[in-house]
Amino acid sequence: MKLFDSIGRYVILMSRVFTKPQKAKIFRHRLFDEFQHLGIESLGIVAFISMFMGAVVAIQTAYNIDSPLIPLSMVGFTVRQSVILEFSPTVISLILAGKVGSRIASEIGTMRVTEQIDALEIMGVNSANHLIFPKIVASLIMNPILIVFSMWLGILGGWIAMMASKLVTSTDYVYGIRLDFEGFTIFYALFKTLFFAFIISSVSGFYGYETRGGALEVGQASTKAVVVSSILIILFNLVLTQLLLT
Amino acid sequence: MIEAKQINKTFGGNHVLKNVSCMFDRGKTNLIIGQSGSGKTVLMKCLVGLFEVDSGQVIYDDRNFSVMNFEQRKNIRQEIGMLFQGSALFDSMTVMENVMFPLNMFTVHPYEEKRERVNFVLKRVNLENVENLMPSELSGGMRKRVAIARAIAMNPKYLFCDEPNSGLDPQTSGVIDLLIKEITEEYQITTIVNTHDMNSVLSTGDTVAFIFKGELWWKGNKDTILHTDNKELNDFVFGTELTSRLKK
Ligand SMILES: Nc1ncnc2c1ncn2[C@@H]1O[C@H](COP(=O)(O)OP(=O)(O)O)[C@@H](O)[C@H]1O
Ligand SMILES: [Mg+2]
Repeated sequence: MKLFDSIGRYVILMSRVFTKPQKAKIFRHRLFDEFQHLGIESLGIVAFISMFMGAVVAIQTAYNIDSPLIPLSMVGFTVRQSVILEFSPTVISLILAGKVGSRIASEIGTMRVTEQIDALEIMGVNSANHLIFPKIVASLIMNPILIVFSMWLGILGGWIAMMASKLVTSTDYVYGIRLDFEGFTIFYALFKTLFFAFIISSVSGFYGYETRGGALEVGQASTKAVVVSSILIILFNLVLTQLLLT
Repeated sequence: MIEAKQINKTFGGNHVLKNVSCMFDRGKTNLIIGQSGSGKTVLMKCLVGLFEVDSGQVIYDDRNFSVMNFEQRKNIRQEIGMLFQGSALFDSMTVMENVMFPLNMFTVHPYEEKRERVNFVLKRVNLENVENLMPSELSGGMRKRVAIARAIAMNPKYLFCDEPNSGLDPQTSGVIDLLIKEITEEYQITTIVNTHDMNSVLSTGDTVAFIFKGELWWKGNKDTILHTDNKELNDFVFGTELTSRLKK
């Protein structure tokens, strides 16, 4: 019952979010701010995690190939497939759910409990549109960029690990990366990313907007935003994988 | 002039406002007083439409606000300024951006003109050289002034103040009260102020409505309030050590 109630309120909120902004200029201004806060500021953590994960996948694969029948180019191939198909779109989206989701929920939640949202409404501003719409649009644009960036760095991290450990030669690794490459996998990854970006920004916006009370409740809203968007990402990942790959 | 007609509001099973009817006059500081939890904030939020009333009507100078939709209300909202209990300044913006925000949102004036208006209202609330500070860098009293400046930036016809002197020392409170009263008379605004501070009541109460447990219990002004035999009101007025000693 409570679940359906929440879904209903979420849909109503989204119908207020997806309307025409009062002033295009102010919307643009807020959008560029959000590019900075939700995108650029996540570059560091995305780069760090991607490099190391790529490296670990490469090392694990290299050590586990002990049959001489399996060519060492399999290492590059495995890194590429796992990074593009699952690691970058899903794991990095989960990381972003934590970083960006908590930021969105706590920012909007604080504005709610300090009556800044009431102040917007009093002026005649549609606060849901003003606050949440730029965040959703910014996420839909920035997350795919972050994910492509993560794919590059993941594969690069694998290469660096192989060069440093001398387990696989550069030629073999690069040959593996190019082996049987299908452009569709990138499309598949970016489609998932867009879907997850929408979940992260809209669900976190919802929990922030629904906050009532004080500082304690803002903290709770931010935790809830992260937990719920992570669960939804995992669930929809399964559904989308089934739909897109069959 | 704003008129509230038989307003009822419940939250769950909690009947907060019970048939409240009241008139608020133009060019006057109209006070709503009562204990904490008596329903002052809820009444104010019902008047401005932040809460929907269960039944009853709110009339802004012959315009029935209660039956309007969001778009229709937007026109009236632009005639409303509101001062919130915690000031509610946008904390990601400078003082200048805060005050200019409604102008940016709803007018197409050139920047210079808006800037001039911001300087004018900041000066009106006796603030200078704070344009580029962030709200977190201001004292409580200064935040209130900035909030007043933002509320009057659009030249409102109606001004709502929820506990304008909560969290301020008595002297600063007096200054803020006086400022609201002056602005009200100067621009002939219909001003409604929530307060539980008897100092404010006695210095600014052109009209006073006493709310007791969600009901309109008594109506009068700053002079008649000291000479009433209404028991609950007397308990409220003479509830503090200072006022009860003065009575004796
Ligand atoms: N958003 C809300 N949801 C549920 N109950 C509320 C809400 N806002 C206020 N109330 C209840 O309404 C009553 C009056 O509150 P309020 O108007 O804030 O009092 P005050 O006169 O101190 O401003 C209180 O009992 C409070 O619990
Ligand atoms: Mg109150």
